[in-house]
Amino acid sequence: MTDIKPRIKVPKTAKKGEIVEIKTLVSHVMETGQRKDAQGNTIPRRIINRFTCEYNGKPVCEMILHPAISANPYISFFLKVEESGTLTMAWYDDDGSVYKAESKIEVTG
Amino acid sequence: MNWSSAANRRTVIKGMGAGALAIGGIGWAIEPARADLAKAEKLLKELIGAKVPQEGKVRLEMPQIAENGQTVPLTVSVDSPMTPDNYCKAIHILAEGNPEAGVCTFKFTPASGRAEFSTRMRLAQTQNVWAVAEMSDGSVWMTKTEVKVTIGGCGG
Repeated sequence: MTDIKPRIKVPKTAKKGEIVEIKTLVSHVMETGQRKDAQGNTIPRRIINRFTCEYNGKPVCEMILHPAISANPYISFFLKVEESGTLTMAWYDDDGSVYKAESKIEVTG
Repeated sequence: MNWSSAANRRTVIKGMGAGALAIGGIGWAIEPARADLAKAEKLLKELIGAKVPQEGKVRLEMPQIAENGQTVPLTVSVDSPMTPDNYCKAIHILAEGNPEAGVCTFKFTPASGRAEFSTRMRLAQTQNVWAVAEMSDGSVWMTKTEVKVTIGGCGG
């Protein structure tokens, strides 16, 4: 669990008003807190509990995640592009870490 | 449909469970504990309050049979314009047969453009998955879909 890096798929360009799909994946164990190790001790919960996405600083969407979300959480969603800008995304870990990713979208025509 | 008639449905399904056991060995014959249903209904009340969900508008796409409950894909979409005056505010996903009923909540804004998202979830056993949509006008819409699971996904 040393290198947790989000992978994102965001189009580089879009037409004004176009609705584009954003795909994201983070390598993360999403430990539920319900499993036990070989000694019978409960393995502490450690999941990504929240995901946020902003475009040019304005909120686009947010997701609250519970342990029922699979390991290496995959999230895809949509964005309506009205102007060129920067898409920023953040994943919040139970342990306080925040993983970030960003990508630029240019409006063409 | 009235979602609050839980006691009645529980009785009916218990009967069905007994039937399934009788013919056990043929099919899946796994009936989620009905106590879990009450848990999911309690969580739903916490999420949407006293509102009664209507059927419709929400589409939940999942495989009918999941060979591996560790990672089951789902796509939820809501039939809604996404304008500042009229949009889908949030979709809640609940699983009535998991150790915890809550799966996720996805919140949209008009900038989303489309009320749709996809993710992958764990399913401990064969069960119904619920998708509940809250609209900006205060209305609540809901759908349920059953997924049969051959290997559970909350293992311990």
